Parts: sequence; C-alpha cells; structure tokens
Amino acid sequence: MTAAAPEPKTNMGQSVPRYDAAAKVTGRATYASDMPLDNPAYAFLVTSAIAKGRIDRFDLDDAGRVRGVIDIVTHENAPKLKESKLFSNGGYAGTTIQPLRSAEIAHDGQIIAVVIAESYEAAREAANRIKVSYTAAAPSASFDSPGTTMAAAKGQNAQFKEDPAVGDFAKAFDAAEVKLTASYDTPTQHHNPMELFTTSCAWMGDNLVIYEGSQYVYGLKNGVAEQLGIDADKVRVVNPYVGGGFGSRGSMTPRTAIIAGIAKRLNRPIKLVPTRDQGFTIATYRAETRHEIKLGASRDGKLVALRHEGAEVSSRPDAYCVGGTKTTTRLYACPNVDSLVSIVRADRNTPGFMRSPPEVPYLFALESALDELAAKLNMDPIELRRINDATNEPIGGKPYTSRSLMACFDEAAKAFGWSQRSSQPKSTSDGNWLIGYGCAATCYPTQMGPSAARVRLQRDGRTRVEIAGHEIGTGAYTVIAQTAAERLGVPLEKVAVFMGDSDLPPAPVAGGSNSTASTCSAVMMVCDQIRQRLFKAVMPSDSLTDKAKETVGISPAPSTRAAKGDRSLDLEKAFDALGVGVVEEYGEWKPEGAPLDSFRAMHNGQVRLVGGHAMKDQIAYAFGAEFVEVRVNRFTHEIRCPRLVGAFAAGRIMNPRTARSQLMGGLIWGMSSALLEATEIDERNARYVNDNLADYLVPVNADVSGVEVIMLSEQDDRINPVGAKGLGELANVGTNAAICNAIYHATGQRIRKLPVRLENIEV
Amino acid sequence: MRPFSYQRASDPDMAVQALGAAATNTPLTKATAQPLAGGTTLIDLMKLDVMRPTAIVDINPLAHAWSAIEPGSDALRLGALAKMSDVAAHAEVQRSYPVIADSLKLAASAQLRNMATLGGNVMQRTRCNYFRDVSYENCNKRNPGSGCAAMDGVNRMHAVLGTSDQCIATYPGDFAQALIALDATVEITGKAGTRSMPFAQLHKAPGSTPDIETALQPGDLISAFSISGRWPRSVYLKARDRQSYEFALSSAAIALDVQDGTIRDARVALGGVATVPWRAREAEALLKGHRFDEALAQRVADAAFADARGRRHNSFKIALGKRVVARALQQAVTMEI
Repeated sequence: MTAAAPEPKTNMGQSVPRYDAAAKVTGRATYASDMPLDNPAYAFLVTSAIAKGRIDRFDLDDAGRVRGVIDIVTHENAPKLKESKLFSNGGYAGTTIQPLRSAEIAHDGQIIAVVIAESYEAAREAANRIKVSYTAAAPSASFDSPGTTMAAAKGQNAQFKEDPAVGDFAKAFDAAEVKLTASYDTPTQHHNPMELFTTSCAWMGDNLVIYEGSQYVYGLKNGVAEQLGIDADKVRVVNPYVGGGFGSRGSMTPRTAIIAGIAKRLNRPIKLVPTRDQGFTIATYRAETRHEIKLGASRDGKLVALRHEGAEVSSRPDAYCVGGTKTTTRLYACPNVDSLVSIVRADRNTPGFMRSPPEVPYLFALESALDELAAKLNMDPIELRRINDATNEPIGGKPYTSRSLMACFDEAAKAFGWSQRSSQPKSTSDGNWLIGYGCAATCYPTQMGPSAARVRLQRDGRTRVEIAGHEIGTGAYTVIAQTAAERLGVPLEKVAVFMGDSDLPPAPVAGGSNSTASTCSAVMMVCDQIRQRLFKAVMPSDSLTDKAKETVGISPAPSTRAAKGDRSLDLEKAFDALGVGVVEEYGEWKPEGAPLDSFRAMHNGQVRLVGGHAMKDQIAYAFGAEFVEVRVNRFTHEIRCPRLVGAFAAGRIMNPRTARSQLMGGLIWGMSSALLEATEIDERNARYVNDNLADYLVPVNADVSGVEVIMLSEQDDRINPVGAKGLGELANVGTNAAICNAIYHATGQRIRKLPVRLENIEV
Repeated sequence: MRPFSYQRASDPDMAVQALGAAATNTPLTKATAQPLAGGTTLIDLMKLDVMRPTAIVDINPLAHAWSAIEPGSDALRLGALAKMSDVAAHAEVQRSYPVIADSLKLAASAQLRNMATLGGNVMQRTRCNYFRDVSYENCNKRNPGSGCAAMDGVNRMHAVLGTSDQCIATYPGDFAQALIALDATVEITGKAGTRSMPFAQLHKAPGSTPDIETALQPGDLISAFSISGRWPRSVYLKARDRQSYEFALSSAAIALDVQDGTIRDARVALGGVATVPWRAREAEALLKGHRFDEALAQRVADAAFADARGRRHNSFKIALGKRVVARALQQAVTMEI
C-alpha cells in the first residue's frame, strides 16, 4: 500500500488500480474529438464582440474567398431548430439563449457564425476574416451595474421551492448575547476542463451520432432530438472518456444541435473544436455571489439565531441559481433560522453547475462567519462546531442518516497538529513568513437517481457490464467493475465495463456526486438477478433458505463480511444446470422516494435525483473537516498554502485509491478557488477579460506541496443499497473558508471576498 | 492563423535579407516577415490573429554560431539563440551573475524555457488582455490611434511606470531586467552588418507610438548580449500570484558592489511594473557610497517609484514594488558570495 493506494479500513473496497489507467497514460483512451470521422468538414465558431445589441451586417467577402471554405452559417441561413426549455423547467438546455436565431446579441461571446471548411486551418482563417457590424447597447455586467433586476429566487426558479426558516430569527437575534453580521463575496469562475467543448456530428441516413464530452449522454441525446424535431431513438451520443466535466457538461449547450443541423444540411460529418476562450462563453460557469450572514449565540457558544441571505447573478431569460441555503440552514443545531436567496439578472450567458454548486459559495460564507464568531467568543473554532453539532437538522427536525462531522474534525486536527496552534492571531512566524492555521467544515448532500444496467456473465466468468454512465475522471469504470466482480464472485480482470454511450441502458447525469451510488446500486441489483437465476438452477426449490438468500445477495446493503461457511457459486455447475452459455440480465433500479415517473424520465434523459435534505423523513449528507496552513510573506504579501489536511466520511468507500484522488483534487481545487481563480469581467462592456489558462490562474505543482487525505470508516445502511455517499464534490467545499480563516490567524485580518490576493493583505 | 511561407535561414545574411526584403516603414511588430526562434510568443500571437506575418524565417539553424555561453575573465557574452534553460543552468552564470540565472529560472515553465531563446525572450510582447484579444478594436499598440481599452478596463496586471496616455501595457519579461541592471550591450546583426547598442536603448517606452516597441528595424536580428564585469552580489526577486509559471506582479533585479560595508556601485531594475525594462537610476544614486540599513532601503524604494502612477486595479503595485525593492536590496546585501 502506498499513499496513493491507501489500505482499506472497515467498509471500504480494495484500492485496485484504475480500470482505464493504462489506456490513459498510453494515449489509447479516445475522447470525443479523437473519434475518426469519414471525410469530415471542420467548423470554427465566430463569437460576438459585444454583450448586448444586434448585428447590423456581416461582411463575408474576404472570408468566403479563403480556399477550402464550404459554408458560412449565420442567423440569416442557419438551420431552423426547435427550442428546448431550461433543464430546471423540464427541458434539457443549460441556457435558453439560442444563438443563430436572430440578429440579437444577449451576451458576450455568443455564437454568431459558424464557418465550415475542408480543414480546421481554413475554417479558422476564414473566421478571422469575417467582419461584423454591430449596433451595441449598454450591457449590465454584474451586481453593481445599472440596469440589472433583482428578485427572490422562490417563484422564478422551479427547483428553488423554499427559503428555509424556522422559529423566530428576528427576536432571537435581537436578544442574543453575542452577535455577528458579516458579508462575503465569491467571484465568477469557469470550469476550464482540459478537453475543450468539442462536438462531432455524423449522420447515417436519418440516424445521428454525436461525439461530445458529456456528463449526461441521455440528456444530450433527448435534447438534441427535441431541437432537431426527430425521434430520440435516432440519436446516439458517444463519449467513452470525458476530459473533465466539473458540471460544465451536465446540460445541453446550444452548439450541439447547431452542428448536427449543419451536418445534416451538408450531408457530411462535421467536427467542431472551439478555442479555450470560446469555452468561457459557449458553456456555463459559476456565477458570482454575495452573502450576508447573521449569527446570534449565547456566551457559551450555543447558536440561537442564524440568517443567511444570498444573491446570485444569472442571465436575462434564465433564473438559474444554486441556492445553498438549503444546506447552510441545516448544518448546525439552531432553533431560529431565516434565509433568503435572490437572483440578479444581467446581460450574461446563463450560469450553471460547477463542482459543488450550492455548497462552495454558501459554505464559504457560513464557515467563515463561524470562525469569526469563535474569535468573538474567544473559543476554539472546532469547539464551537462541537457545541452546535446536530443529530437532526433544525428546519424539519429530520435525523441525519449518519453524520461524522466531529469525528472528521478530531481526526484531521490530530493529523494536522492543531493543538500546536496558538490561539492568538499574528503570533506565529518563520523568518519572513507569517504562519496561520485555519479549519472549516465541509459537507455535500448524498444524492441518487434512477439507473438501469445490463450485465452478461459467461460460463468462464467473463463479465460484461453495460451502463450509460460517464467516466469524467472520477474512477467510474473502476468502481463499477469492482461492484460487478464482487457481487458475481468473479475476478476483477474478467470484468469489462462499457459506458459513455446512449445506446446502453440509461444512467443518471454524472452530477451532484450521485454516480457511484446510482450506477453501482443498479449494477449490484442486476448482478443479483443473475445470481438468482443461477442459484435457482442449482437449487430448483422455490423456497430459498435465509442462508441462500444472503449468498444470493438480495440483502439491502452489500455485505463485506463473508458469512461463515459462505461459499461462492459454482459457475460451471450452474451454467450446466441452466443449459446455456451466457446469462444476461437487464434491470432498472430507483432509489427510495424516487418520483413515480422516475423510469420514464430516466429514458427521456431527465434528471430525478433524490437525497440530501429533500428526503421524506431523513437527511443524508457526507461530511468532512479541512485544515490548512498558510504562509503570508511579510514583504511581498504573497500567500502560499503548504499544507492541506482533510478528513472525510462518506459511507462506504468503494475504492480508497480513486476516492482519495477525488478528495485530494477537491482540496487542491478548493485552495485554487480561495487564492487564484476568478474570471475578470470588464464591467463597461460585460465581457470576460482573462479568458485563457495563462491569465485564469489555477495552481501549478509548485503551489501544492502537502496534501493529506484521511478517510474515516462510516457505515450507513439507510441511504442506498451500496451504502455509498457521493464524495466527488465533498472536498472543495470547505477549503475556501479554511484558507481565509488561516489567513486571519496569520495576519489578524479578515478577508471576506474571494479570491484572496496579495493586494488584499495589509500586514 | 493565416497562411504564411516558411523558410529556414542558412546563414545570417540570408536571414537578414529575407526579413528585410519586404521592409516598409511599418514598425517591426507589423513587418510581413518575422523571425522564428523558440516560437513561444510568435506562434501564440499568430493563433490569436494578433500578428499576421506572411513570411516566417526560421533562424534556429543559426544556433551553431549564435548560442554560445561565453564567460570571460571579467565579462560574459551570451548568444541570442541560447536557450533560457541552458543559460540558467550554467555554473559560471550562476556563480558570477546570479541575477541572470535567477531571472531566467523564475520565468515561464520548464517546457517553455527549454524552447525559448534569449533573443526571443527580450522581444516577448505584452500580456495585456486587450492587446491579445483582437475583438477589442481599441488598442493603440495594435491599431494606432484607436484608443486604449485597458486604461479604464481590467488593469490589475498593467504598468505604473513608463506609461503614457496611449498605453499602459506591461513589459512582461524577467531576463531583460537583469540585462538592463548590468548595463548589458546588445549586438545586432542587420543589413549594414553587425552593430552594438546599450540594452537600455533597445526598448521604446510607448509615448505616442505604442506600436513601436524597440529600436530594431525589419531585417535586424539580435545576435548576442554582452556584460562587462562580474556581479556575484546580485539577486532577482519576483512576486507573483502563484509560485511558478506566472508573470511578475512586481520584480526587482539588484546588483551591488559592496566593499567594507559600503556600497560602491548599485544597480536597481524593476519588472512587472513598467512598460519597458526599467532602470531606477535615481534610486541607485541614493545607494552609492552609503552603508545599507532599512531606512536607506526604504528611501531607495520610494525613489524607484517616485514617478509611478497607478490606475484602478494596479495601484497596489506601487506599494508592492517598493517592498520588493527593499526586500531584494536586503537579500543582495546579506547574500553569501
């Protein structure tokens, strides 16, 4: 065992290597734009240089003369496409701003033309030679711009149903012995996955194949079919590997149907590879947010009043919001809670999911405020959280299915050396560096969605698992293979997994950290169907004994503890008894509490996630605690983060190696989010300025010197058959606050606006 | 990117001919023929459609003559086609000119340093986002007379020294600060043969012609840099947002000659804060003949930024720059040589 492949603890699977490791490091893994096409034409996008106004005229003469240009598609000659509603309103789209429909411009970098040529180079050259005349209007860029409108999220966003509240906040806050009011800001951020937002479309008669990195192949298939006005069964989306998603590929972007429509008209496959900067405006992003937190507490640290007000930016037509108050109002025991989420409409592209969408901005505010309160109370911040730890969430009184928050704090504190921390800020230094320690809680809702799977078992143990899941780098192939191998009792190397293809049985969106719980529960169920068929063949009596049932594996949760005397199925004997060479089963699994239309929606590419706070009589979250050391240079005020330590509990850990990698990546992204990442907006023209990877900063190796991930044993049989809580979005939540809290400890200065840059430090 | 012809230079004359053949009165940056060395800037800017040469002359074949690293007994000569990484790793450069080695080592990424040449590095063009994005019409550097989008735009990375009402784009490099601090000479091979000029005269402050960035004419190639003297007591300090692969928010190249505790000679150059490689001569004057203390460092730093002018997002660079100068001075004074 190595640091990268931790020894499994109780209720953890084996740290087997990644199923796709060799393919990835040898370059054999094929991403969407690697897929060979037969005689493709190449597309290059032209995007708007203004954020609001209209196109008066295109001058295409110069561009049209470039050798190899086949067509230039603008709103004047674009294929007619049907509208798709926003995903939250029952559609598939991440934005309802559909380009190439009219001369109107609704945001910076909107697609205004597509050049099709015999080569990528010719398409790009021609795109550069297109001249566009605009009539520009003054756009509203963000919160403080004139011309924005602001209204409560409730009532305009179908998925934001309530502003959680309980008790009498105003009265309790008024009477509180200790009070804190503080405001926090988070910036615009972009996912910037390594794989660009490419799309290839190829028609064979009336059938369309789309190669595109997607976190939801069924959603994309159904959405594009809807826009093209064709039967969804005629559309297939293929992407065996996705080069990073982070939420950016969860819902359909306008580009796909446009490319499909042009390919149909030209009767030729088309390959689109947009540029990095176009990715900032043709997909989604994390919008900037603002928060006001009010906390009231007794002198001994008991919370008596909590209010969280959040405001988020969205586009003019779409009321997207993340509404993280659903989490922040339920995290700690507090009898009087109030909250409000508002949406500010500006002339921007529609924002969307980005890793831990609600929790990242909203927990930054809450966990920063708690640290401020701890300082006011002269109390250790861990103790403040312990005093307010909850077994039941305060809004509905529902019990947490399991909650290891304080165990995580204690484990991480020990590993970090928290006891060495002086309680006074600005009291520790090393040469020219001021040293600060900080911590924060992290959490993420446990979510599941309906999923199907098909499993085929051969007499020699070879197994084929088919499921339209998504390998976005998380280790999905690996944990699905492990689940099948374990459940069928066959060697791991005999299991082949097929994913990333909408011709396979449907799986939910790879978002909301639901994938492992959903897909593995479905695969487990289908493996059990196979076991039952085989067992019935060798034990033809209808009445299976309890012992046999356990071996068959129809217990609700996986048993890692092999019962005494348990023996594996004799496959060859069972196949001989059945008289077949292959046993194949298909099954559809849905989580408890899933809506009645779950399976229909699953096939139609519509998300039906359940879990988190929205369960009937319980609430399910994964928890963790994060500790950081920051160093602030006395002279330059440069901020460095040499140590990140996180302890996490997320039910069954399917594979400690892949789980650790997710959590480690989360901690590093959290640090990046706190110190580096921000999309700068030129407020005069509502345009993104640093839209490239040289100027949109993410950490380099030199910025990441020490990351320690601790996974705690946690057993939770109340969430799903696998017993797993999603953890892909768990680790990057708490880091923002932990770092600001550590900067306070280093410098005595509270920073309430991200990212923290050296000019924000006044030592 | 637009179509271009590509030819490899067989010898310096041929390169100069090819580059100077189509020369008009346009500034070098707009010349239709451009030299290709490491390509780390040129290719970037061509992809962005900022530079649109029709002819590329690959000068890498000249490397056999133009890439030597030649330390003399009391001088250093560096071929313009030497790779940044090779010069940074050279033992004698590290020993006698740490400011050069460090300025190169702290620049870019290892991959870029392995490709990029010294000559190309000093010619690197600004990272101003508005310059690099051709969808902005108003850039006096790209479209003379069109205005400056950065002046009242997002200008955190922009210059506070050497600016004009036409342009505030920062000179992005690091190595040039070391060269200007050490009074380097640049050797230029052009139509009239080889000539030399002080490195300090190579770059042109934007003034009213921000499109003219250097004193070079089409057909001119930098062939070498020369430095006289040895500067073992020299440092390059660079403050930036992340620990590697990032441009300076503020940097200082300092070289001192200290004898018996008295500063005999001092060189102070600033990076990340100015439109061109920047020598702070007034600040240097305060050091000469004095013993170092913190108060002096503060006066020197103040003098270095006396003429600085901040804008909305970059005013912090003035205070930061002063602290970087003071810190770099302290580091240079106390370094073991």
